[in-house]
Amino acid sequence: MSDKIKTGDGGIILTNAEDLMNWARLSSLWPMGFGLACCAIEMMAAYASNYDLERFGILPRPSPRQSDVMIVAGTVTFKMADRIRRLYERMPEPRYVISMGSCSNCGGPYWEHGYHVVKGVDRIIPVDVYVPGCPPRPEALIGGFMKLQEKIKGEHPLAPSLFLEMEANETVNA
Amino acid sequence: MSKTMTFQEISALVSTTFSDLILETDIKGPQPILIVPVQHIADICGFMYRDSRMFFDYLACLTAIDNGVAQGTMEVVYNLTSIPYGHNLMIKTIFPRNADGASLPSVPSVTNIWRTADWHEREAYDLMGIHFNGHPDLRRILLPEDWEGHPLRKDYNVQDRYHGIYVRYEDGISEQLPADKDRA
Repeated sequence: MSDKIKTGDGGIILTNAEDLMNWARLSSLWPMGFGLACCAIEMMAAYASNYDLERFGILPRPSPRQSDVMIVAGTVTFKMADRIRRLYERMPEPRYVISMGSCSNCGGPYWEHGYHVVKGVDRIIPVDVYVPGCPPRPEALIGGFMKLQEKIKGEHPLAPSLFLEMEANETVNA
Repeated sequence: MSKTMTFQEISALVSTTFSDLILETDIKGPQPILIVPVQHIADICGFMYRDSRMFFDYLACLTAIDNGVAQGTMEVVYNLTSIPYGHNLMIKTIFPRNADGASLPSVPSVTNIWRTADWHEREAYDLMGIHFNGHPDLRRILLPEDWEGHPLRKDYNVQDRYHGIYVRYEDGISEQLPADKDRA
């Protein structure tokens, strides 16, 4: 598909709906605009002109209702845990989570004595991509997004497993 | 025009004004300390704020120390500055620690003298478990309001779970997250 787009002389593009939809989804990942600690500084640097995440179609949205992906950029405290869970639940599906930096991956430097830190945001919400670093450089965050794009590329959004199971049952019954 | 006072002048002035109290001084460290009885800390602070010779108009810091179960005492330390005169004073009060399950030790609040003490005292209450008498709004300031215990106490043991999440690293993920294959 991509080869034909680049030449510009193909009058017809042939693809299937699933690939087209996945391509559209991975090319406009809208993260929720929020940050928790120093990782958020690197995340903001990645949004800004030097790294320019917008060339990947990634631009922060001010509302969880309009977001596809949540970047947990920073230390998740227990006081923040309930808020993060609620924000995640308010995001429409399909939704993704990028855990950015050691703190949200596993508690980071607070893993042993940080009574106030959740030892990994995956204790609250499911995480799709972990970006290591303390804090990760903007390149690392971009790498995390590319991993997420790879993941989306292999998905089957039009065929939920429940539907496939029902279909399989019907053929057995018929 | 008044002048900058030394620690000796300040402690002499305070002890003549409060002659019925036993005031101690600790001049071993680099910063001399005036130690006063806990129930009179607010009176003495109020005097030092109002007195025209001292005029401690700025509470630079209020902090608390837990000396542990063996010693059985806690301390609240006040760092005062007089902005016009340029002199400083460390004043502190030492009081017994509460036993497990007993009510928190009580210290008179200085919020009516320095407004800045409001949040400082809330922090000392939150992390050290010191009750400040006469504080207008003594709530936790940093930790969630339903947190158990006061973490900077020497004998603090962290709770197992907070809202179902394991607090300690080694306890792992508390429950299996819903296995949802359709979660795209």
